[in-house]
Amino acid sequence: MKGILINTEYCTGCHSCEVACKKELGLPEGEFGIKLTETGPWKYEAGRAVGEWEWTWTPVITKACDMCEGRVAKGKMPMCVQHCQAWCMYHGEVEDLARKMDGKTRWVLLTR
Amino acid sequence: MADYKEWLASLDRKAYHEGEFRWEEDGYTVTRTNHWSPPGCHNSCGLLLYVKDGKLEKVEGDPLSPFVNGKLCVRCLDLPEAVNNPDRLKYPMKRAGERGENKWERISWDEAFDICEREVRKVWDEYGGNAILLIHGTGRNTGPMTYFGNCALKTPNISTFGFTGFACYLPRLFGAFAPIGDYLIADASEGHEDRYANPEFEAPGVIVVWGNEPLKSNADGYIGHWLAQCVQMGSKIISVDPRLTWWGARAEYFLQIRPGTDAALACAWLNVIVNEDLYDHDFVDCWCAGFDELAASVQEFTPAWAAEVTGIPEEDIVGSARLYATTKPAAIQWGLAMDQQLSAMSLNLACCDLMAITGNIDVPGGNILIRNAYNATNLPLTEPVIPEEWRKKKLTMKYAFGDDCEEFTTHASSDALLRAMEVGEPFPIRMLWIETSNAIANPGMDAARVYEAMRKVPFVVNADPFITPISVACADLLLPVSMSAERNSCRTWWTPVRSINKACQYYECKSDEEIMIEMGHRLNPDYWPWKDDVEMMDWYLTDCRLPDPDVMKGFETTNLSLKAAGENTTTFTMGLQELAEHGGYAYDEWNGVYRKYEKGMCRPDGSVGFATESGRIELVPFVYPIWGLNPTPYHIEPPQSPLSTPELMEEYPLVLTSGARSWEFFHSENRQMPTMRELHPEPQVTINPKTAEKYGIEDGQYVWIENDHGRFRQRAFVSPIVNENTVHAEHGWWFPEAEGAEPHLFDTFVANPNNCTKAFETGPSGVGSSIKCMICKIYPYKEGDVLPEEQIIVRKDFVEYTPGEGYADFEAYKKNGYRYL
Repeated sequence: MKGILINTEYCTGCHSCEVACKKELGLPEGEFGIKLTETGPWKYEAGRAVGEWEWTWTPVITKACDMCEGRVAKGKMPMCVQHCQAWCMYHGEVEDLARKMDGKTRWVLLTR
Repeated sequence: MADYKEWLASLDRKAYHEGEFRWEEDGYTVTRTNHWSPPGCHNSCGLLLYVKDGKLEKVEGDPLSPFVNGKLCVRCLDLPEAVNNPDRLKYPMKRAGERGENKWERISWDEAFDICEREVRKVWDEYGGNAILLIHGTGRNTGPMTYFGNCALKTPNISTFGFTGFACYLPRLFGAFAPIGDYLIADASEGHEDRYANPEFEAPGVIVVWGNEPLKSNADGYIGHWLAQCVQMGSKIISVDPRLTWWGARAEYFLQIRPGTDAALACAWLNVIVNEDLYDHDFVDCWCAGFDELAASVQEFTPAWAAEVTGIPEEDIVGSARLYATTKPAAIQWGLAMDQQLSAMSLNLACCDLMAITGNIDVPGGNILIRNAYNATNLPLTEPVIPEEWRKKKLTMKYAFGDDCEEFTTHASSDALLRAMEVGEPFPIRMLWIETSNAIANPGMDAARVYEAMRKVPFVVNADPFITPISVACADLLLPVSMSAERNSCRTWWTPVRSINKACQYYECKSDEEIMIEMGHRLNPDYWPWKDDVEMMDWYLTDCRLPDPDVMKGFETTNLSLKAAGENTTTFTMGLQELAEHGGYAYDEWNGVYRKYEKGMCRPDGSVGFATESGRIELVPFVYPIWGLNPTPYHIEPPQSPLSTPELMEEYPLVLTSGARSWEFFHSENRQMPTMRELHPEPQVTINPKTAEKYGIEDGQYVWIENDHGRFRQRAFVSPIVNENTVHAEHGWWFPEAEGAEPHLFDTFVANPNNCTKAFETGPSGVGSSIKCMICKIYPYKEGDVLPEEQIIVRKDFVEYTPGEGYADFEAYKKNGYRYL
């Protein structure tokens, strides 16, 4: 099974994945194949991260996503992965992707 | 991407047509090229353009081009919405009604060029070429643009007009040329074709992100996400910014500085590093001069003093200075805010001194010396071509601020130009040639004055892809400009050299180069021997010699870039098409070598050392006093601030900073693109939640931002990324969907922070401005409130000023510590 792995620790919220995907799929205003969710910003007043800022983004795939099957069949990257400016997205077999998760930073593995 | 080698190995190069410049794929003709304006930015990323039936349908980044490896921002991904935009100019047009009515009549290119030629010759005959002002937008291909001004229009007066105090990039450029003799940028492996995998490269141990948000701005030929890669490779962060950004949220030190006080922080860092003996003794002994004088000069700038001035806790100033000085290597990513304060020339010098005394100059992961690859020149080298009588009438800073301001930048002074337009002194401006600049929506500080002044000029040509506020306000002739996808051009700013190749055509549009060449043929054919844009680019890349090379002989100037240009020769040998077929880019040797000063690569005679007069880094630059500048670092308070004008703080209790970039827009561009507006519909002023509560403002509400000069309206964005004392407003807004005809001008005055900025308000020698560090009050907009466009365009009572002058005598202003009393 193919998947998309994201190291959300480094996502910059640049929207390139959203727009690259939207153009590939021809989606109109208000519709997305992948969409960012934003967490923060807040400064922790308690807990293990006290004094630190939280401000992270996580891309989420939608029903419109087909993991760019056509592109992948030709040897190309999915549009979101190819254009991810933060270089925090990976595409491949989920078993291979899972091995990249280092247990130190925050990751999400998306499949459909 | 922690492992670039692994990424390269996984890349299917055949799938991306390695080695091909143009191919057919699924019914599309695909062109491999690089993008550079319009729509613009300061970079030139590798693109694959998919064209069907002559129409650009789809854009992808080119993973095979190492500049960004295919990682595009949203603006290029959305390029078809710009290129195929129904609002684009399709044909040349002349004004059919009065200025301001937005009525136009289609004409042929022949008629348009005939009108331009007739008007230029009329100005030459009656006033001289100096009475023509060539205005261009920022980050354009300024080499050919300057050539056009000097060698076709025969004017020395070229400007990104309206921009008081040269407050963009020139202070950093000249603040680096003076002590170091070259410019420097943070090393994120950009000098190497094999990038992060280069065996000599190492990521900075710490990156100081100072006065910019590089992920969004990507300014000055630099890609911010390169540094985000370095963070993945382990670089720590020090963020100096009034706003919390991605960097600040991940930083060892987030120094939330009061806008306009960065020089105080830099001086205090020097103080700590000198006094705690954290500097690199070997490097200072071998390669620097002036250390003792510098060390003595920073004694007064204690961290305790800087804490009072900057609002940053003293222990954070000391701790961050120690982290920067003791982490090897360390890089400073400096940005626009360095130039937009009165201390600009001091601050940039202080930053160079910091890089030098910590031994971080031209080392892997430090700040590397950078030039245009292969010396393919992007520098203005052609001023001596202008007839002497006209050349001497370059409107330098002394025409605005007095005789002790020596010319050391390349462009004419905006303030001197404003004065010439307003009062005709020392001569009137008779013609504007505006090549893609939206002057009143974006660069024009003191927007109301700039608008009035530009309307006084008798003849105005505006070349642009769109009708903009400035087109409607004052243009007599509109020339439709090709976008990058429709253009043969090249990119020689920093590295690599890149090709830009035409993939499609939009109606009758012509590129900047095509327009210049036609005018050059008509006005000064000896200097325009090329039949077309490709021939001109071949010359620009591989030759750059003038038909009369002797013209440079005996030309004396204190302008360092003119001097350097005289000695520069390109070593590039590929013409435009050859470069395109070579993959579209070429890296040179010079920019990929570290410690060039040890290898005799900086000085024209091949001796070791830096390209300064003395060969050493001049920590206290010899040339600063010649330019009228104090050669050791100092801090000047903003003209209005809690410390300089405490009496005003009751009425204007907040610090107003402005101009931070967003993902969707480059200055005033991209506002026509539906996807960009979907992501970012309206201008936003960022307000801390407690401040919003105090002034009765809710998120999403319209609010006025007002100072003692004017006001503008934006939507409140309530967020803790600014502190309670500071608000941030966006710049460059106009609304292509609004009415163009006056009194609206696409509502550009409604949301414009330049309603509040002041012409003639600069730092020493007329350089630096305070537009990022003003004071203001904020309050909710009420239905029926009079809009600035009504006051500026109809009533003409928005600002009070004396034409041709600043808001006080400049001498008195200087004596008062750069404040109007």
